[in-house]
Amino acid sequence: MSLIDSISLPRNIRLPRVDGLVPWIVPLAIIAIWQIACVTGFVPTRVLPAPSDVALAGWKLLLSGELVRNIWVSFWRASIGFLIGGSIGFAFGLANGLSQLSAKLTDTTLQMVRNVPHLALIPLVILWFGIDESAKLFLVALGVFFPIYLNTLHGIRTVDPQLIEMGRIYGMTDGELFRRVIFPGALPSIFVGIRFALGIMWLTLIVAETIAASSGLGYMAMQAREFMLIDVVVLSILIYALLGKLADSASRVLERLTLSWHPAFQKR
Amino acid sequence: MIRNTGNHTQTALRTSLPETELASRANFAPHARVVREERPAQITGLPLSIRGLRKSFGDNEVLRGIDLHIPAGQFVAIVGKSGCGKSTLLRLIAGLEKIDAGSISFGQDFQPRDIQPEDIRVMFQEPRLLPWARVLANVEVGLGRDRASKYAHARAEKALTEVGLADKRDQWPSVLSGGQKQRVALGRALVSRPRVLAFDEPLGALDALTRISMQRLLERVWRDQGFTAILVTHDVAEAVALADRVLVIEEGRIAHDLVVNAGRPRQRGSAELAGLEGSILSHLLSADDRT
Repeated sequence: MSLIDSISLPRNIRLPRVDGLVPWIVPLAIIAIWQIACVTGFVPTRVLPAPSDVALAGWKLLLSGELVRNIWVSFWRASIGFLIGGSIGFAFGLANGLSQLSAKLTDTTLQMVRNVPHLALIPLVILWFGIDESAKLFLVALGVFFPIYLNTLHGIRTVDPQLIEMGRIYGMTDGELFRRVIFPGALPSIFVGIRFALGIMWLTLIVAETIAASSGLGYMAMQAREFMLIDVVVLSILIYALLGKLADSASRVLERLTLSWHPAFQKR
Repeated sequence: MIRNTGNHTQTALRTSLPETELASRANFAPHARVVREERPAQITGLPLSIRGLRKSFGDNEVLRGIDLHIPAGQFVAIVGKSGCGKSTLLRLIAGLEKIDAGSISFGQDFQPRDIQPEDIRVMFQEPRLLPWARVLANVEVGLGRDRASKYAHARAEKALTEVGLADKRDQWPSVLSGGQKQRVALGRALVSRPRVLAFDEPLGALDALTRISMQRLLERVWRDQGFTAILVTHDVAEAVALADRVLVIEEGRIAHDLVVNAGRPRQRGSAELAGLEGSILSHLLSADDRT
């Protein structure tokens, strides 16, 4: 017994560290190759600045406070838009999943609206809201709404009917049935919706900020283009990538916490 | 003599198969070995009377007039070919379907008692455990309206001990074996101390050895708690091994009503039970030949 313990202990400690690094090998390798290509002159810096130049530009913007302010503005818009659109989508998903009447009343309309690309509304939104905050929030909320609505609805409709029958036999009230059976059963599907929505959230925000804004990451990139600051443009793009990854990781952590019962999330 | 041979086979099973271990160990418990009687220790079950019961789904008449009286604490097995209406009868007794005509009453003769929903429990072929609740929380579901009481935990733990799974209380259902899941489902059905327990082929999906150990467990809890047990099964051997009385249902009617007089604990494969099993099977098969 003690022999097995002493053998397995160091492995247990080492494995997670290696596992944590593996996903970063490819991005780091790409940056390394990119740096070499720029330094050797294989890629002209007017086309693509070296990663070191991008880092330098980032450092300067960080010192001036411009970078933090723009990231914060974008982050705030993304979160508020996500909260608004996500809550409405979740509410409609619940209502239409639980009530036939509600589904009959609203589902067809929502399916029609869903098939309009929400970014096509940008000209209209600018006419309505100008380039105010509400324009961006509206677009993000609209983009986030549908994946969350569809997946919440799907999750609730596909809860095992045998479990629902079991809950009723054991005298669960409607509230209890929802809390103990229907909602936990729909949760894996709701998380799929959240992760889709996070992707759409960044996409929408960036497009909106690029077209009509006076602050934020998208605005920063557009300003940089005006002044031919290609390193700042590349920097903005890299920050988008990092923020997207951050949002995805956050939803994964949440998934792991709430779905620990699920065989797919159990530690081997 | 017979009992000794029985214990021998149990010891052999115990050493080779962990799945059967807990239930067979339960059979070694002193009270289970000394008691050798037909009736449960104390009868808490409800008697049950069914009169002129009919049920159809669309044009298909599934039950065509069932008249039946089950005394308190009896273990009744219902057998029949698939589609004969045996599961429908069980679901009507459990209140899962609406009665078309006739009546089902619990309690003495024509005085239907005011029964609580907790008095009647069903166990299905599938365990139907909540995958997102730990084993103990799944058993607590069975308490019905008493779920919120401060004794809920203690009662659920007691029921879990009865089915031999006290050490799994904090596990997720997904890590349990099929037999263990079904034992949790049994614990959930038992935790409210039901007075009628309806089994809808509860062992149908288990392998042969796990089945035998589950049958012993069912017999033991029935004798300990004295509820009225109604078991729907397609396995005639299981019916004669467990029940006091076997009902054969054919085309929506009770075709045969047989009393099993063998003493308990029963010896599987004894000549007496095998003979009875043979005669029930020939009933079922001869009905097959007629059609």
